[in-house]
Amino acid sequence: VQLPWLSTLIFLPLVGAVALALLPAAAHRTIRALATAIAGAEFVVSLPLWWRLVPKQSGWQFAEHHDWIRSVGASYHLGVDGISMLLALLTTLLTLIAVVGSFTAVEKRSKEFYALLLALEAGMLGTFFSLDLLLFYVFWEAMLVPMYLLIGVWGGPRRIYAALKFFLYTMAGSVLMLVAILWLYSLQRAATGVPSFDLDAFYALHIPGGVQTWLFLAFAFAFAIKVPMFPLHTWLPDAHVEAPTAGSVILAAVLLKMGTYGFLRFAMPLFPLASAHFAPWIAGLAIFGILYGALVAMVQPDLKKLVAYSSVSHLGFCMLGLYALNSQGMAGGMLQMINHGISTGALFLLVGVIYERRHTRQIADFGGLWKTMPVYAAVFLVVMLSSIGLPGTNGFISEFLVLLGAFRNQWWWAATAAVGVVLGALYMLWMFQRVMFGPLKNPANERLADLTTREGLVFVPLLILIFWIGFNPQPILDRAQPALERTMQLVQQRSGMSGTADNVGAQR
Amino acid sequence: MTPATPPLPLDWWALGPVLALSAGLLLLLLAELAPARPGSARAPILTLLIFGVAAALAWNVRDVARSPFGGMFVHDGFTLFFTLLFCGIGILGTLISWDYARRTGIGRAEYYALLVGSTLGMILMAASNDLITIFLGLELMSLALYVLVGFRRSRLDSNEAAIKYFLLGAFASGFFLYGIALCYGATGTTNLARMSDFLAASPVQDNTLLITGGLLLLTGFAFKISAVPFHMWTPDAYEGAPTAVTGFMSAGAKAAGFAALLRVVLHPLAGLHEAWGPLLAVVAVLTMTVGNVTALLQLNLKRMLAYSSIAHAGYLLVAVVSGGTDGAAAALLYLAVYSVMNLGAFGVLTLLGREHEERVLLGDVAGLGFRRPWLGLAMAIFMLSLAGIPPTAGFMAKVYLFGVAVRTGHVPLVIVAVLNSVVSVFYYLRVTVAMYMEEPQGEPTALSRSLPGAIALVVAAALTLWWGLQAHALLELAQRSVVGLL
Repeated sequence: VQLPWLSTLIFLPLVGAVALALLPAAAHRTIRALATAIAGAEFVVSLPLWWRLVPKQSGWQFAEHHDWIRSVGASYHLGVDGISMLLALLTTLLTLIAVVGSFTAVEKRSKEFYALLLALEAGMLGTFFSLDLLLFYVFWEAMLVPMYLLIGVWGGPRRIYAALKFFLYTMAGSVLMLVAILWLYSLQRAATGVPSFDLDAFYALHIPGGVQTWLFLAFAFAFAIKVPMFPLHTWLPDAHVEAPTAGSVILAAVLLKMGTYGFLRFAMPLFPLASAHFAPWIAGLAIFGILYGALVAMVQPDLKKLVAYSSVSHLGFCMLGLYALNSQGMAGGMLQMINHGISTGALFLLVGVIYERRHTRQIADFGGLWKTMPVYAAVFLVVMLSSIGLPGTNGFISEFLVLLGAFRNQWWWAATAAVGVVLGALYMLWMFQRVMFGPLKNPANERLADLTTREGLVFVPLLILIFWIGFNPQPILDRAQPALERTMQLVQQRSGMSGTADNVGAQR
Repeated sequence: MTPATPPLPLDWWALGPVLALSAGLLLLLLAELAPARPGSARAPILTLLIFGVAAALAWNVRDVARSPFGGMFVHDGFTLFFTLLFCGIGILGTLISWDYARRTGIGRAEYYALLVGSTLGMILMAASNDLITIFLGLELMSLALYVLVGFRRSRLDSNEAAIKYFLLGAFASGFFLYGIALCYGATGTTNLARMSDFLAASPVQDNTLLITGGLLLLTGFAFKISAVPFHMWTPDAYEGAPTAVTGFMSAGAKAAGFAALLRVVLHPLAGLHEAWGPLLAVVAVLTMTVGNVTALLQLNLKRMLAYSSIAHAGYLLVAVVSGGTDGAAAALLYLAVYSVMNLGAFGVLTLLGREHEERVLLGDVAGLGFRRPWLGLAMAIFMLSLAGIPPTAGFMAKVYLFGVAVRTGHVPLVIVAVLNSVVSVFYYLRVTVAMYMEEPQGEPTALSRSLPGAIALVVAAALTLWWGLQAHALLELAQRSVVGLL
């Protein structure tokens, strides 16, 4: 009998959240210790997914299937493949880091804070594991509540505005997806006579082209808001700037990936015809987002806003890669999802570190920090270079693959997106120069303490990953590739596309 | 079918719940002859017993379908579902009234007698298979509610609410009665089953009498379920009524109105779906849109919930428009869920303020979430459920309802409905914003303590969560209850 591994991963943090809620509010140390223990245990429990997943094996692994609401055909169906396994690991790692990174940042109402963070983790994992569309939607939307509260209760001065905007934007997208899910469900029911919300049943469905267009648009709208793609990105800077550091980290590292994951798992394979049809439009918006995000990031006076807009740009690369619809592009897009989680998560943590010391994020308030905080500056340098995509770091591999994939589809996609790479280097380096180099003008910066041991430890796993993926991306690509390949073939066969099919290991 | 009990000439067992409530009503009034100590809990305890006995008697004959009194009264799955629902609403309503009525000085036996009386009317409405008995039930329910709304005699707003509710309600009853007369004129019967046979046998396209009668009937129903444009009384009545009464009537009166509406439109008028379907679809769109958009502007939580109840009537009308047993099952599920979460929300409001105070403004709940975590959590659950956010019952009910509507080809209607839910999220979330993200300005609201009220809230919150996680049992019950309705 197989252990219900995925259910354990979903329910462990929930149990932890309840346990935290029952602790007395004043027991800060116990609360932090318990939260860390649970997030740590969760990460350890998630690790076997990496080793025990067989990438080449088709079909869902670690699968669990139980009846849920029998009369409507909804089931509790969980499972992973290479794509969701990687994202789940990213989630458990980043949640652990966010918990440890918040020790000193969150003193007020800490038990509620950690309980919500853990509940959020359960929701995110549930979203990645669900193979039943009703179950997926439940997790997808339930997850909004803890994030909304994290922003609204522990956020900055405009937290309420940002929290509501975050909630309403995402919800507005999701409800149309719900209608599309119900439409799919009724098509499925009409075709087979057996009601089911199961993803596999929907995959097997042949949907006429005209209907596909509408359904695809509804799904794509929901996911594009989450990614976020230009021009639906306006909630992101607000949410990021007002959220507490841990919230920003999770938001950037995991929540945005739900959008790209949604395209990969649902929008593309369910509606191949429409996907292929709209691919140029999506790629065009992605490229526009890359350039727009980079240009807007350049003029930001606020560090967090700069990182937020850089996310818009980086997620543009993800989408461009996925919608290049060839194996290099999709591998690049997938890897970019992981890389963006690592480097942008780290960037938000770094901004959080300096904000805790100075209570400002304005670039103009800093300068010459290298002199007072050398270790901090060094870590910042590495993370920034990874975000730029310097060879040897993780960012290089994914951006290169995305550009390669884009080039093989339309050469000018790659040419235009490459401008975004240059712009990315420009705004990051310029920001780094203004914050770290130059004279120490501001007396408030003269006595800043460098990274503490705890803060340093938080960055260690991220730095290791930056270089490990940078030098050896193959283990990750090997795990994701077969699943990506299956998705791509599905799109190509069903949409009648040909000519771009190519062998798996072309980039080796 | 095999009766579980020896058949009696008048089907006494099928009438069990109705008889229990009638007897209980008299008992409550008689008991008052022996004066109770001030602050005695005799009346509410007695009321709980009455509702409990009625529910048990209904459950006792769950497998028996009968129609005594020449088919005017039916006891079937549909009646059973609503009897249980109304008894449940009555029990929750009594629990939230217990200390609220005492502290506001209205906790007399008459108050509880009226609760029982209006519940009796609601059950009659759901169990009627004849326009005349529907009207009797409607009047019994409404007259009791008019008095309950104005029960705080010393308060002007309570009086005003009662007068408004009564005047408009009387007009609606007039319309309804006139509609009955015209339908009787057109078909020669007031019995729904015979009316159905008549309509099946003869073409009705140009039967002006019947169409006018039907429209008048719908007007009467639209008033009771507060559908636009007959919703004007709702915010005033809800705001002025004692908070516990508002909770009770928002759940009960709406469910009763829909129960009778479903009996009428899905049985005799089912064949005329093409005539009333589009009309009700327009009313549904108007109802949810007006309700939600107006709710955005409210700072008084009772008014806000009043407009929200209008919006929910709009969603429910989508189920009616979808028609068929699936549509009816969706409406039943939605009504059960809506009743529980809405009573829960009003239950929280009854605890705000001490003595005669009424603290129901948005600012009055500021900081509540961290000051009273459990109360805040309960309110948050009710708000999220009303907004239809998983994992709560409100979400499941909406998904099932919209699923049925999509399957019957009403996709545009569903799109309007889901966009409306997004609008509604804003004002429901604003309550959580006040509770968790704002600090009270000045003195924080004093809160009343109430053990019965707390029990009601725990039950309502637990059901709201449980049905959100596992709606299977409730859904099956709803689906079984509508078998044989058509």
